Amino acid sequence: MIDRRGLLKGISGAALVMGSGLASTPLSALAAETITLPFDNGERPLIEYPQKRPLIRLTTRPPQLETPFAVYDGGTITPNDAFFVRYHLTQSPPADLDAKTHSVEVRGKVNTSLSLSMQDLRTAFEPMEIVAVNQCSGNGRGFSNPRVAGGQAGNGLMGNARWKGVPLKSVLDKAGVQEGARQVTFNGLDQPAISDTPDFLKALDIDHARDGEVMLAYEMNGTDLPVLNGFPVRLVVPGYYGTYWVKHVSEITVIDNVFDGFWMKSAYRIPANACACLPPGGKVAATVPINRYNVRSFITNLTEGAQVRASSDLVVKGIAFDGGYGITEVAVSVDGGQSWQATRLGEDLGRYSFREWQTAIRIKPGTHVLKVRATNRIGQSQPMEALWNPPGYMRNVVETVTVNAA
Amino acid sequence: MKAQLIIALLGGLATSTAAVAEPVSYDLPEETAEFKAGPGVEIAQANCAACHSADYINTQPHGPAFGRDFWQAEVTKMIKMFGAPISEQDAKAIVNYLTNTY
Repeated sequence: MIDRRGLLKGISGAALVMGSGLASTPLSALAAETITLPFDNGERPLIEYPQKRPLIRLTTRPPQLETPFAVYDGGTITPNDAFFVRYHLTQSPPADLDAKTHSVEVRGKVNTSLSLSMQDLRTAFEPMEIVAVNQCSGNGRGFSNPRVAGGQAGNGLMGNARWKGVPLKSVLDKAGVQEGARQVTFNGLDQPAISDTPDFLKALDIDHARDGEVMLAYEMNGTDLPVLNGFPVRLVVPGYYGTYWVKHVSEITVIDNVFDGFWMKSAYRIPANACACLPPGGKVAATVPINRYNVRSFITNLTEGAQVRASSDLVVKGIAFDGGYGITEVAVSVDGGQSWQATRLGEDLGRYSFREWQTAIRIKPGTHVLKVRATNRIGQSQPMEALWNPPGYMRNVVETVTVNAA
Repeated sequence: MKAQLIIALLGGLATSTAAVAEPVSYDLPEETAEFKAGPGVEIAQANCAACHSADYINTQPHGPAFGRDFWQAEVTKMIKMFGAPISEQDAKAIVNYLTNTY
């Protein structure tokens, strides 16, 4: 039985279906194991990095680590040691990270340039906290059909954390944004191997940067950021794809034009239409920078091919999230999407957070195709058939889990 | 390849004061991914591995859509977009290696 979300394989070659027990498996026992994501060429090693439990290693240098899907059944908050990692540039994480000497330079179209130490960030501003999902633009890219180039990930490039830091607005206000400011650019300490490779800079419009929610975060779930998640300070852009969440932030520059650096102008672009999609295999014409998350939902407690009990209450639960309007409804189907039943939403940790949902179903003996579909406050939902675009971004199809009841 | 980084950790303090601990060493796991054996592997290794590990190549999809045109586009992207200093001759050899080996 192939598990849709992954198959754990020990070095002995013995296979076992990955279930929610993964998180409690002794870490040392996992170090030499592999996991096979359910698409062609999906075998990956599970590797333990500093401050991390064994994660699915997509790439080594620069590191990209995926969260094993079973983690999402463990609670609404993704533990720091299970949180995914995605870098772009060779020298990542940066060398010589030192919170004592780290500074964030604020310059450009401001009245007063600032050089802020971590001490300054922690003491000179009113702190704020927000629970927000960080999701990679290419989360689930490996499921693209037809397949596309890029990091071939399952659905484990997302996580939900309580971020603590200072509103970017407070920092910009202290510097004094000048008349005519259009955007703010963000640079971190990660560096390319050669100077001709574009450095990883991202930009936000000035009004977005000053919305009071975009923040410079120095804590994640009550402790310092893990090194691989941006220590000592990263940008948090609630509701926006992870590409904007610049790690190891060192430079903030207010500019009076639209930033034309590679990572905004050429990379992380989506088709400029309402669905951000094209006919499968199509070629893209006009594009815009990727921005807000679409709606997603997942069943977390049942894996593909699970054997379940027929004709008795079966708990089905999972998570849902969107780009910040807030999830208002999650429905499940036990007949492949022909009919839907409402579920009960769990604790509301804010409109940028994972929202838990749960229900009980009764199914007859046999094979059943379960589906889950969420809707947000403005009525956005999820497509029954996956949308496609060339970079494999923004996957949000209604997810399916097939179970066998007996 | 093993990179050693020096960082300062706060030791998980949840306070908002900047009680910064001494720097500690941070070892990344070994780079174990390897380029598949095949004609031209040395040229690919010498050029590609300067910036990224072999698993960036190894994990790409297979199939008819991932033949010569795909690998040519990838090598061109590395040169044009990411500034990889790969000679024309090496670029051809790398595309041949990737096409024939992956």
